[in-house]
Amino acid sequence: MKNYDVIIAGAGSAGVPLAMFLAENKIKVLVLEKKPSCGQGQNKAAIGGIRATHSDGSKIKTCLKSLEIFSSWHEKEGEDIGWRRGGYLFPVYREKEEKTLKELLKTQEKFGLNINWISAQEVKELVKGINEDGLIGGTFSPNDGSASPLLSINAFYRKAVSNGAEFSFNEQIKEVKKKGNLFSVKTSDKEYETPIFINAAGAHAKEISLMLGVDIPVKPDCHEAGITEPAERFVEPMVVDIREGEKSKNYYFYQNFEGQIIFCMTPDPQIWGYDRKSTSEFLPEISKRMLNILPGLSNIKVRRVWRGLYPMTPDGFPIVQFDAAGVENYIIAAGMCGQGFMLGPGLGWIISKIITKQASKEDESIYNFRLNRDFSGQEKLK
Amino acid sequence: MNRIKKHPVLEIKERKEIKFYFDGQEIKAFEGEMLSSALFAAGIKIFSYHKKDSAPQGIFCANGQCAQCSVIADGKVVKACVTAVKENMKVQTLRGAAPVSCDKSDKKLSFSKIEEIDTDVLILGAGPSGLACAFEIGKFNLDTIIVDDKDKPGGKLVLQTHKFFGSVEDCYAGSRGIDIADKLADDVKKYPSVKMWNNSVCAGVFSDKKIGVVKDGVYYLIKPKVFVVAAGAREKTLMFPGNTLPGVYGAGAFQTLVNRDLIKACEKIFIIGGGNVGLIAGYHAVQAGIKVVGLVEAAAYCGGYKVHEDKLRRLGVPIFTSHTVVEAQGKNCLESVTIAKVDENFKPIKGTEKKFKADTLLVAVGLNPVNEFYTHALESGINAFICGDAQEIAEASAAMFSGKIAAHKVLKSLGFITSEVPNFWYEKLEILKSRPGKTYSLEELKQEYQGKVYPVFHCRQEIPCNPCVTVCPKKSIKLSGETIMSLPKFSGECIGCFKCLVICPGLAVTIVDKRKDEKNPIVYLPYENDPALAEKGKTAEIVDDYGEDLYKAEIVSVLDMKAENMRIIGVKIPAELAEKAASLRILSHEEGEKWRGDISKLDDCVIVCRCERVTLGEIRKKIKEGVRDLNQLKALTRAGMGACGSKTCNSLLLSVMKSEGIDTKEITDLTKRPLFMETEFAVFAGVSSKKEDKTSFSGF
Repeated sequence: MKNYDVIIAGAGSAGVPLAMFLAENKIKVLVLEKKPSCGQGQNKAAIGGIRATHSDGSKIKTCLKSLEIFSSWHEKEGEDIGWRRGGYLFPVYREKEEKTLKELLKTQEKFGLNINWISAQEVKELVKGINEDGLIGGTFSPNDGSASPLLSINAFYRKAVSNGAEFSFNEQIKEVKKKGNLFSVKTSDKEYETPIFINAAGAHAKEISLMLGVDIPVKPDCHEAGITEPAERFVEPMVVDIREGEKSKNYYFYQNFEGQIIFCMTPDPQIWGYDRKSTSEFLPEISKRMLNILPGLSNIKVRRVWRGLYPMTPDGFPIVQFDAAGVENYIIAAGMCGQGFMLGPGLGWIISKIITKQASKEDESIYNFRLNRDFSGQEKLK
Repeated sequence: MNRIKKHPVLEIKERKEIKFYFDGQEIKAFEGEMLSSALFAAGIKIFSYHKKDSAPQGIFCANGQCAQCSVIADGKVVKACVTAVKENMKVQTLRGAAPVSCDKSDKKLSFSKIEEIDTDVLILGAGPSGLACAFEIGKFNLDTIIVDDKDKPGGKLVLQTHKFFGSVEDCYAGSRGIDIADKLADDVKKYPSVKMWNNSVCAGVFSDKKIGVVKDGVYYLIKPKVFVVAAGAREKTLMFPGNTLPGVYGAGAFQTLVNRDLIKACEKIFIIGGGNVGLIAGYHAVQAGIKVVGLVEAAAYCGGYKVHEDKLRRLGVPIFTSHTVVEAQGKNCLESVTIAKVDENFKPIKGTEKKFKADTLLVAVGLNPVNEFYTHALESGINAFICGDAQEIAEASAAMFSGKIAAHKVLKSLGFITSEVPNFWYEKLEILKSRPGKTYSLEELKQEYQGKVYPVFHCRQEIPCNPCVTVCPKKSIKLSGETIMSLPKFSGECIGCFKCLVICPGLAVTIVDKRKDEKNPIVYLPYENDPALAEKGKTAEIVDDYGEDLYKAEIVSVLDMKAENMRIIGVKIPAELAEKAASLRILSHEEGEKWRGDISKLDDCVIVCRCERVTLGEIRKKIKEGVRDLNQLKALTRAGMGACGSKTCNSLLLSVMKSEGIDTKEITDLTKRPLFMETEFAVFAGVSSKKEDKTSFSGF
């Protein structure tokens, strides 16, 4: 039996960067993943947006760290992960959204975030060809950006491996038990022991956690997304329209480093469950919303669509918990509510600091994600 | 203008001429023809320059499957091969990414609700299997929609100018593909419950059991009780240096240009692949007046029907077995092709290289089933059936029969019939699907002929074919064995009616007539090529079964069989050679030049994924780094991420994995997601100027 300092369940958005930072700190880490390679769960369904402009301190701090990791990767590691600092733009057409966003600005400014209300004219300059009819203005946060989830997770994976982390793919966890100070982890054909077990199993975090008798309020709902053929560059920021559509809540899109437009929508009503097959509702709904804002995209072709799972918690905030439910050294890093890609690197960095006892008070600011909260609040911008 | 002005089989019809512009230059075209054909006719073979490396791109599939022929037409990126030319259309070379019209911000678009249509049966594909299936279902007056991406039903039959094999009663054996297409369509047309949707593509099969279809730019969601996938096949391709040069394309694309659109697509072609597709394409080229410089087949013998191979060889086309293409050369378009002999592991042997001048290289290395619609339908719980090449690659004769079987299953699942598919139908299907059987030597088949006039059979290979037996009015031709695979044998009386000679799809029946002159009989030979090369009174080069020169003979008679679009050429030949005479040779061989490249240095630059231009070198590097999941390979290299949705490179990626020594068990294949065809936002949003009345969707 091989022994490790840490075993992580899941080689996805949370598990891979965490393994990378742990291994960097000379921790002997093994990542167990039932899929054949990294990022094959919900990570590859992520569209690639990374922002710090949230409404909660823990999230903001975590994502600021993530932004630092994504934006400096090319320079530090010499590897392009498709990072673009395009900012996030919330164009506003109605008073209702103006009120919501301006309210939110106060909180965001309090945290020192670079986000401002901009005029309709400024919005038009940021999104060439945007529908001007009724455009009031919007909020814009120039420091946010995007990167390729596919390239990023592979970059983190390679770095993790070169740091000494081990990964075992096609290996599904069947049983996790606490025996004394150690966790015994049984998979289809192997058994491991480790003093620290981390649940980073994304949409499947609940089933893993239940193996240790710890129930967590994580259940996935789904969002659909799509990508177009490459188009001439016309927009830099991620554009988020928070109005409700006929069958959707907000929707958002951006143009990635290859010129392809990636778009995503929150279905209304929410669709719960694990089904990842595309529905026929998505394209007509989102295409109308797209062309309503940008009629110039009429002839741009949709190339592919997919449906990804948001591992949701009742209040829309992640669960990050050490010694969860009294199980010593059981760490949960789950329930990312569809933001695993942008939270993952920052969280990985913070968790690794805490495990290696190098954390400052500042780093421990992820207390808002603790499991024993009442989950009654609501994230304002999911 | 590179157009075919005369053709031995196809009729050249008058068409209305229109004009359009390509990069500002005025070009003449025929109304309704596809842009790619109009551009080829004008000698334009480069349609776009790739975003990644500015490589020139030309036609590849001519079947709406890939996006290699993309151009900008009236401001919009379109596939030239499935976009009809319009008067005054402004077409431009596509350079890099698609244009975005940001100046349209003031343009108010109106959106309409996507119409949902319930139907009993939805058949995808109006080829031989889809039409045969629709015909059987039509008899039960069930609401049926056939969705097909071309402007005319028939599938790939409309490209096939040659006569088909099989049996007369089951699959129109002895008729030409183009004629079978019309017959099948006419049969289906009789049933008003069957609606034909031409120019329609299936964009997606969704989890809510709806199938997204785009017809003439309008999006519909169809909810069928039963879904039949009869989508046919797509061509496989091959990896070699220069494999994406304009001028290198599939045999299907060639047949589309030449046989459907009557474009003289090139002057000199070389063909890779000795299966039926490659052999037939070669024959079609000769008929179109295009020089076939040669055909290579990596195996020691051609896998296609021997009669097809013989037809080509006897016309004078060199067939290089145990050879492969090692490089295609050219600056912007193909200029030459280098071939080499291969060893038992199919590796080229140094020093055997030969270089031939050619402006086109056809890749005909087999077909893959188009079955993704079926897979998705099953995953979504749709009651789905599959038939034809989409199910299993075989001849059109088998496809028709499998369409009939699928129809039976459809009717049973809907409760209209209770019986199972009869067992003997499956048995028959197996025979029609048969690979060629034993090939006999001439010695084994040697026959003493009595009588003054008799047929000589030059077919030596067992294939499912019997029209000669069916047509003989004297019942003197019988199969030598139990099944339709057996070779025909003549015994009894012959009246010299030519019926067997005319119907033989393999052009493998000659008639020896000693009635006038016993010592110098007239041998009648079937002929489907340029009449000018076989006129009465001229001397013809007569070849034997192997295509070897036999005799220079005088043409004493030419019978024009107008209804069959062929001629019977009578030549005078000494009696001892008469039975050996198999064909006229009309082409001369070209000698290849010596080639001084280094094979071993070539292959890392080979393109594996055409859409994203990912090279073999990049793929190999990732495999060496340990990548075994094609999804991860795609994430890292973009291989399979392009416009075609990995339709072309998927099988290549698997074969690269295998050739790098990776065990199949370790490999994870690509996850396929919709869309099956890139489609504009405007289509999904219901922005459309033309709404049609669907009751008029007869389309036939």
